Amino acid sequence: MNLRRDVFQAIADPTRRAIVVLVASQAMTAGAIASNFDTARPTVSKHLQILTECKLLEQEQNGREIYYNINPTKMKEIADFIEPFRKMWDDRYNKLESVMKKYKPKN
Amino acid sequence: MELKTKINAEEGKQDLTITREFDLPAELLFKAHTEADLVEQWMSNPYATAKMLKFEPRKHGSYEQQSTDANGNVVFKANGTFHEFIPNKKITRTFEMENAPLGVQLELLTFEKLTDNTSKLTTHVIYESAAIRDQLLKMPFAQGLSMAHDRMQEIMSKQK
Repeated sequence: MNLRRDVFQAIADPTRRAIVVLVASQAMTAGAIASNFDTARPTVSKHLQILTECKLLEQEQNGREIYYNINPTKMKEIADFIEPFRKMWDDRYNKLESVMKKYKPKN
Repeated sequence: MELKTKINAEEGKQDLTITREFDLPAELLFKAHTEADLVEQWMSNPYATAKMLKFEPRKHGSYEQQSTDANGNVVFKANGTFHEFIPNKKITRTFEMENAPLGVQLELLTFEKLTDNTSKLTTHVIYESAAIRDQLLKMPFAQGLSMAHDRMQEIMSKQK
């Protein structure tokens, strides 16, 4: 199966969004993350794998434990993706404003 | 520079709201949405010229629009129908992009007078699904990336 791996896929799932919110507060191990969910442990592991593949989470080895951290660069990418859409409408509306400021009734 | 246009798109929802305050009386803001030549002017940009092929801004009326690039190729076609049409107050219409599997969207435009010379436009857009909304939101993002890529290629090809 050919899966798309990007930040948008990472946040498409409610459990993954909850994991991101959880890890955003502090770095956590897979076990600590899983203890916050009723979901089966392998399911949480799968979500962590996807979040890591999408680079939204980073793994950090600390002694024998692996901790999960938020990748702030990728978080910014999510915040920014709406900007071109907003810019498109802002450009249009700026144009509307200047067109109408010059507008003279035809009759 | 801060953008005056605000977009509110909540995670996982199938709608979004675009708000903008204008330095224009509400009547002129409304007029900008109801005369074909005015719509064509503000919907056009340096890369695409908008043209209304059909434009009947009234209840039960419909519209058909297209955009062409600098070489005259049609790059975008869309159509829709006007439902509610209350002068200087509200327009409810549908919008559908042709040859794109993105379904129909419902657009509710509310025009508000703030002062004699300022007004506010609130556009509530409802899509068929959250997935389609996100796909549409990402389109200018993707276009921006591909335009930047094209420009880079253009610059690089001149280097030869």
